[in-house]
Amino acid sequence: MVVNIRKLPDKPYIMPGNAACPGCPETMGLRYVKMALGDNVVLVIPAGCSSVIQGIAPRSGINFPILNIVFAAAASAASGMKAAFEQQGKDVHVVVWAGDGGTGDIGFQALSGAAERDEDIIYICVDNEAYMNTGIQRSSLTPYGAWTTTTWTGKKEHKKNVPAILISHGVKYVATASVGYPADFIEKLQRASKIRGFRYIHLLAPCPIGWRFDPGLTAKVAQLAVQTGLFPLYEYINGVFRLSPIARRYKDPKKRVPVTEYLKLQGRYKHLLNKPEEIRKIEEYIENTWRLIEALEKTFTEEGGRGEQVFRAL
Amino acid sequence: MARIEPAETLFLAPLSRPAPGSAGRTGTWRVVKPVVDLDKCTGCMLCWLYCPENTILKTGEGKVRIDYEYCKGCGVCANVCPFHAIEMVVEG
Repeated sequence: MVVNIRKLPDKPYIMPGNAACPGCPETMGLRYVKMALGDNVVLVIPAGCSSVIQGIAPRSGINFPILNIVFAAAASAASGMKAAFEQQGKDVHVVVWAGDGGTGDIGFQALSGAAERDEDIIYICVDNEAYMNTGIQRSSLTPYGAWTTTTWTGKKEHKKNVPAILISHGVKYVATASVGYPADFIEKLQRASKIRGFRYIHLLAPCPIGWRFDPGLTAKVAQLAVQTGLFPLYEYINGVFRLSPIARRYKDPKKRVPVTEYLKLQGRYKHLLNKPEEIRKIEEYIENTWRLIEALEKTFTEEGGRGEQVFRAL
Repeated sequence: MARIEPAETLFLAPLSRPAPGSAGRTGTWRVVKPVVDLDKCTGCMLCWLYCPENTILKTGEGKVRIDYEYCKGCGVCANVCPFHAIEMVVEG
């Protein structure tokens, strides 16, 4: 299944004149969600930038039916909503659109609970690697060395690997995506929409304000994160794992873009550009990430080409 | 089981409806504006796909035009255009 850009629906899924900052990755991502899933979508949004982007009542900047809910309850509210739709006999995609704080920190117990119960919802984590809406505070998904207002000498810990945690839950579908590759993200959403059960997509969303880069480079930074090997794109469907076609070539360390290309674009890494030992730590993190990917590939092998059949059928 | 009709709940819940300009005329935020060179534009629609604001509109001739009333001038379109057909011009 290949996405044809010209055949994607052309409707105002994000209303122009919303309250998002220029170059916002979240509004980009929200457009792709509706391009992929159609009009039959209800969003559940915990606190975050997406609740602000909607703007001031009585107007809303996002052209979706939305339930705004507290941080800790996004996945449980979506579970209840799906149950209510099922009781009414309606087939609606309930999508949680949560930030990295609402996924990895505050909303984690609700997420883990919903994943364990295998609720029939799509959970999308929009990972902008800090609490951007409240003023760039560190979250557990902030990467090593990044400046935030609460880690002003650079964070000392590495990023939490939430997609791997979700694979350990044994859910039906886990994928990583990047706003720099919309066709890949749309394809993954379309594939996820055909599966029943808990589906999780981790979407990398570079925030120009919090990451301190030019707003015009949102797509470029999102692509570089994949090209440097920092953020591998992969899919896991019901026991079968595969790297996405775009990310496959970066399995070879020689084909990866040097990580400094990615770091030097962002002001949040400005303090460690002339510290080779810090950059070495980030390179080690990339090596460890790919070691885990190789282990996952080996564990969830595609016996006799069964894997390709799984992907082709969806 | 008693069902609550949607009409009854409408006045209880604070509801917003999707409409353009929920944060005002955001075109006034702009410091640089994108200008499309229609001779270089091939209509690949990458700018339309990447635009975070939905302010790049498809024209009938398979090309694009920009809604300057709401365009915030982020410059994502100029950076993704493979033919360099979009130029960011200083406003004013």
